[in-house]
Amino acid sequence: MSEIKQERVGVYVCHCGSNIAGVVDVVDVANWAAEKLKHQGVVIAREYKFMCSSLGQELIEKDIKELGLTRVVVAACSPHLHEKTFRTAAKNAGLNPYLVELASIREQVSWVHTDKAVATEKSKAVVSGAVSRVIENVPLEELKVPINPNTLVVGGGIAGIQAALEIANAGFHVYLVEREPSIGGHMAQFDKTFPTLDCSACILTPRMVEAGTHPNITLLTWSEVEKVTGFVGNFNVTIRKKARCVKEELCTGCGICEEKCPKKVIDDVFEAGLGYRKAVYTPFAQAVPKYPVIDKANCTYFLKGTCKACEKFCPTGAIDFNQQDELVNVEVGNIILATGYDLFDARRVSNYGYGRLPNVFTSLEFERLSNAAGPTNGNIVLRDGKTTPKSVGIIHCVGSRDKNFNNYCSVICCMQGLKFAHLVHERTGATVYNFYIDMRTAYKAYDEFYQRVLEEGTLFVRGKVAEVTDAGRNEREKGKLIIQVEDTLAGKQRRIPVDMVILSSGLQPRADAKEVGKLFGISCSTDGWFTEKHPKLDPVATMTEGIYIAGCAQGPKDIPSSVAQGAAASARVLDKILQKEVALEPVRASVDQEMCSGCRICNGLCPFNAISFLEDRMVTEINPALCQGCGTCVAACPAGAISGTGFSNEQILAQIDGLLLRNIEPVEA
Amino acid sequence: MTENFEPTIIGFTCNWCSYRAADLAGTARMKYAPNVRLIRMMCSGRLDPTFVLRALSGGADGVMITGCHPGECHYIEQNYKALRRYLLLKRVLKGMGIEPERVKLVWASAAEGAKFASETTLFVEEIRKLGPLNWGKPTERLDDLQEEISKTEEVPA
Ligand SMILES: Cc1cc2nc3c(=O)[nH]c(=O)nc-3n(C[C@H](O)[C@H](O)[C@H](O)COP(=O)(O)OP(=O)(O)OC[C@H]3O[C@@H](n4cnc5c(N)ncnc54)[C@H](O)[C@@H]3O)c2cc1C
Ligand code: SF4
Ligand code: SF4
Ligand code: FES
Repeated sequence: MSEIKQERVGVYVCHCGSNIAGVVDVVDVANWAAEKLKHQGVVIAREYKFMCSSLGQELIEKDIKELGLTRVVVAACSPHLHEKTFRTAAKNAGLNPYLVELASIREQVSWVHTDKAVATEKSKAVVSGAVSRVIENVPLEELKVPINPNTLVVGGGIAGIQAALEIANAGFHVYLVEREPSIGGHMAQFDKTFPTLDCSACILTPRMVEAGTHPNITLLTWSEVEKVTGFVGNFNVTIRKKARCVKEELCTGCGICEEKCPKKVIDDVFEAGLGYRKAVYTPFAQAVPKYPVIDKANCTYFLKGTCKACEKFCPTGAIDFNQQDELVNVEVGNIILATGYDLFDARRVSNYGYGRLPNVFTSLEFERLSNAAGPTNGNIVLRDGKTTPKSVGIIHCVGSRDKNFNNYCSVICCMQGLKFAHLVHERTGATVYNFYIDMRTAYKAYDEFYQRVLEEGTLFVRGKVAEVTDAGRNEREKGKLIIQVEDTLAGKQRRIPVDMVILSSGLQPRADAKEVGKLFGISCSTDGWFTEKHPKLDPVATMTEGIYIAGCAQGPKDIPSSVAQGAAASARVLDKILQKEVALEPVRASVDQEMCSGCRICNGLCPFNAISFLEDRMVTEINPALCQGCGTCVAACPAGAISGTGFSNEQILAQIDGLLLRNIEPVEA
Repeated sequence: MTENFEPTIIGFTCNWCSYRAADLAGTARMKYAPNVRLIRMMCSGRLDPTFVLRALSGGADGVMITGCHPGECHYIEQNYKALRRYLLLKRVLKGMGIEPERVKLVWASAAEGAKFASETTLFVEEIRKLGPLNWGKPTERLDDLQEEISKTEEVPA
């Protein structure tokens, strides 16, 4: 048997209320550890209701001081939740924080198993593994690296703008990267915003201008992030600034080029397909920045080699057809992703007829239709561009709360449907029907808005619409769109003929959310939204340090919540910047050059180029500043010359033995 | 006899994906077979084949190796290296007269708690069918094997 180490180990088994104690016999586990793992050095094993509470932590601190513990094992929840808590407790009591191990008996035992006896036995094994491992732990020092005070914000919707402004106002530099020619995001497309009905442009434009002119903000529109390397505090980001074909330093934003450009293009992005733009364009009048872009895919000059009308008429000679994409390299310490959402594609619900029946509109189309600056100057009319509807049906939850499409509630669609009802009523006097499954008007002043729309005379039908059709059965239905629905309150089927249908489509993750997540090293939930570090207590951080999320990129939400998250993410970043240094996990590989045979097997294995070969001495060296601690080279070295702190061979082998209960003292016969 | 046999399985998980998948399975209260005991590493690339042999020689009936999906490794591409070692390891096991199916590689992203749970239960059933491993005289054979493995060279990326 291996030699007996002289460590003094304390074991703490948490009840987690009934979360653990309801399934695992925690008293039995603690008693077992005290008895069976005594020879390993366990001097005390306790159980307690909530180890992470201050009383629980004090228990550990007291034992470290009074019993002279040199190692601590806490059997509780996942280390991803409370490893830091217990490490800090150890540190407070004067013990090196890396001499603490967590045994996950909640996520890995009590929450996933039901048989009490089996769960208790497994808990013992997990505790035993942690005890064996912790004995092999060595004291480590955190690696401190300086934090670059610059921040990258990706996405210039309201969430990204808010985040950028907060940081810039605090005196630090921000690079705000936006894929479209202008910042503003979805909010720039709306006419009015619920529940207050203030004009979207009136509240958004000042923010956009502030972001565009702020001395601490470098605005990079018509740009996308291409590559990210490094880690919290020191990211290196490559941004592709697409060729605008307009020299920003000369352009005054007069708009003559746009006026003179002969090429009209359907605007699928800003006008949601309802209006036109030119081949050289700014998406809307208040665009920030004011410089237009030439859309090469549609420009006559790029397609046919002649035209250049814009160049001819530009009074400052700002047009430059030879401009090339530019790769900009920036160094930042933290990154906020605020890339927003895509609208659910209503074509997928084929029985609602969008794309087939001309007078079925999506929510974004209606926003443009009702917008005073939109293609109809705010006149709510049918697809023919002139007829005012006399009756309008608004269908809620399109693509949301439906297992054929998205399971989740898109949060804003009920309120959006009510907003539309109000606008239609106010501007056309039409009869308005809202078809809803449940009316969800939580949050401040939302239900009051619902009451207001009720009082205005909008008709509400509770039921999921089965079909929208133009196949009328009688005079009343002829030439109309008929909404077929089961009215679940009245308990009957209804067919309601209307002139116009608006689909309150849900929100969904950006089509490229997964690739963008991968680029920045963060994950998406099953639904596809970026995953936050903790759904309640850490909604804007991610599992990757230094990367934060805000707005609809994290999940469906309204403007107030998007703004709040933008501000919250910036507060987290400012907190990091002001600390000036960031502590990194001291998980690093190093080569014992006495043992290195110079075989160079490890040399090609490191994706971070941390490994180099010293030709003169014929040995390998690892640069700790570049090593990220994956351990691949450690596992590969045939000479056993590379060791990995925090995850050493000794630790892992001991844990294997412990988990298999090979460390239990043989019971005397 | 194999009917009532409860296998013991050691699971190696990577810190970024599969360990988090296990966390998620927990948070979502998904139920799976209790036979697996997990070890957290930073990356599946850390997996030294001797760890697997130590587990099998020390009483485990099977070993489950989990990591991020190809292309999603937190350290860019180290799971491909794990994959190569895994294939090599299976050959070695076969040579030793041990069913290579006792070792299984599973990719699970941090969002795939359900996959982690179902793959675990499935693997336990597969091992149950194979029966206990009963690797005798563990230490001697382990030394031989360790030597054998160290002789096989890593194929560079
Ligand atoms: C029809 C409709 C009506 C609504 N009405 C209201 C309302 O009245 N009141 C209310 O509170 N809420 C309303 N909402 C919700 C509101 O739109 C959102 O809460 C808000 O716009 C979210 O802002 P955001 O910044 O998170 O995302 P977005 O507005 O989507 O902005 C994201 C920005 O990021 C950019 N981007 C995306 N990917 C990248 C990338 N990879 N690189 C660079 N840039 C990128 C996009 O171009 C965009 O500019 C409505 C939603 C809809 C669909
Ligand atoms: S694999 Fe080991 S022995 Fe070979 S060069 Fe690298 S550190 Fe040296
Ligand atoms: S542990 Fe990973 S990151 Fe560090 S030197 Fe080895 S291969 Fe590179
Ligand atoms: S980090 Fe998960 S396999 Fe590499």
